[in-house]
Order: sequence, then structure tokens, then C-alpha cells
Amino acid sequence: MGIRAQEFSAGAIAILPVLVATMPIALLFGALAVAKGLSPLEVWLMSATVYAGALQFVAIDQWADPAPLGLLVFTALVVNVRHVLMGASIGRSMAGFSGPARYAAMFVLTDEGWAFAERRVRSGNLTPAYYFGIGVSMWLSWTLFSLLGAIIGRGLGYPSTYGFNFAFSAVFICILVGFWSDWRTGAVLLASGGVSALVYLAVPGAWYILAGAFAGVGVAAILHAETGNQNPDGVMPS
Amino acid sequence: MSVDANTMLVIAGMAVATYLTRVAGLWLLQLANVEGRARSAMDALPPAVLMAVIAPTVLATGVAETLAAGITVLAAFRLPLLVSVVIGVASVVVLRALTG
Repeated sequence: MGIRAQEFSAGAIAILPVLVATMPIALLFGALAVAKGLSPLEVWLMSATVYAGALQFVAIDQWADPAPLGLLVFTALVVNVRHVLMGASIGRSMAGFSGPARYAAMFVLTDEGWAFAERRVRSGNLTPAYYFGIGVSMWLSWTLFSLLGAIIGRGLGYPSTYGFNFAFSAVFICILVGFWSDWRTGAVLLASGGVSALVYLAVPGAWYILAGAFAGVGVAAILHAETGNQNPDGVMPS
Repeated sequence: MSVDANTMLVIAGMAVATYLTRVAGLWLLQLANVEGRARSAMDALPPAVLMAVIAPTVLATGVAETLAAGITVLAAFRLPLLVSVVIGVASVVVLRALTG
């Protein structure tokens, strides 16, 4: 096997547990969308081109006939604004990607795929093949199983996602543990988690991710200033 | 299989808006000066975003989720990812049954 094929399979294998946890959610999405009046082809088109699980569930929840264009486009921007942060972060580790590869990579950017890519950055070198091993298998799985859910549709009933929703939090926790370096990480996580939970409880919508992320990043910037004299080159020890 | 014109327009609109949020990070990166303090802030972005994504589930959903998150953290320090995730999911199912 060539090095590219090896890297591609390594990415696809790493993301496998996430694919397993995503399958029932994709099936559920397809079934719910069909119940709201979309055809299976429309369900597949939405999964293939929008390709954003959280937004798709919110959109189907607000779906009407005719579907409200302005509201749903605005919702897409709000729900997905977290991607701006994820793209800016992983983009720094894409020196080995060509220009077109970067734009293709951003099309398949998801929360889980991004987290696994950042994990690879921590432990080694993020190659385009590894990234697309994650991205392509996630895209195939999401589109295939949401189409399947749309076709089996109502026969599926309302599949329970019991325990599965926590699988994503568990995956993120495991990746988060890998980011631990010193007490500064603890301070960043405390600020980010605390602000995120408070904003989640107080403000409707998906603003909690942005608020929490900025709180964490703000704390990191402040702590850098305090240690600035010991670190004239400006690189935080890790 | 049918495709409705308005539905197509809405799907296309959501697809463009979503892709814009995905590439905006790349454009932002070209503007940002990643030295010094900004560099420290950018280095903290992955853990800060991860934490912000899971905080509502971990801190503001229920006792079962909070305890299961703690168990997952302990597992993740010693065990491979897949094993830790299975332990986390199993403990949330058990804890939900116990506390629910």
C-alpha cells in the first residue's frame, strides 16, 4: 500500500467509532425529514450539500410548506458559526494541503472530523490523505444512512437515540484529555466550559459555543501576557 | 422521486451559508497575525471550542451526564479512545436508569 492509501485508511479507521454512533442519527434524520414532506432524493441532496447534522435537525424542525428561505439560511449561519473557529484552527495545520485541497477539506469539515484532525496534529503530521480518510468516510456514511432512513421512513418508527447522543460527548472528552498540558489548559477549559454552560442556559440558539470558545481563548491570551517576560519569543510552553 | 423548486432553493441556500461558515476560518487565518499573544490564543482554540461544544451536555443536562463525563475523563487518561467511549456511553445508560 502506498503512503497515501495508508494515511487514508488510518483516517477512516480512526473515525470508525464516530461513524457507528452517527448511523442511527442519520437514519433518524431521514425518517423525520420524510415525515415533514421531503422526498428521499431531497433528503439525500440536503445531506450531501448542506452536510451539517445539527443544522439539518433544526431545519427539519422549522420546516413548513413552502419552506421559509430567509429564516433557514439565517439559521444555517447561526448554527454553523462554530465552523469559523474550527476552520481557522485546523487551517493552521494545513501547510501540506494545496489550495483546492483546503477548500475541499472545508466542505467536509464537521465537529467530530475536526476534533480527530486536531488530535492527529497533536500526535504527528496531518496529511491531506488522513484528513480526507476521515472526511470522505463521514460524508459517505451520513449521506447513505440519511437516504436509507428516508426510504425506510415511517416503517422505522421513532428510533431511540438513547445513549448514542452521549457517544459524541464521550468522543470529545477523550480528545480533550489529549490536549491537556498544564494548569493553563485547566484555566482555559474552566472559562470555556463555564461560560458555554451559562450562555446555553440563558440565551436561546447556538451562541454558547462561540461565547465559551472566546472566553477560553481570552483566558489563554491573558495568561500569555502574565508569562510574557519569561517567554520573549511569545510561544506558550506546551 | 420528486424535487420541489422551493425546497431545492432552500437546500441550496443552506448549503451556501454552511460552506461560507466553513471557509471563513481559512480567510480569517490569512488576516490574523499569529505571533505573541495572538499565537497563545490560537493555540488554545481547539480545547476551548471542544469544551464549549460539550459543556451543555456535561454541565447542564443532568447528574447522570455529569458523572458519566467524569468517568469518561478518568478512562481517557489510561485507556484507548474507543474503550473510553464505550465506558462513557455504558455509564450514562446505567446512571440515567439509576437517577432517572
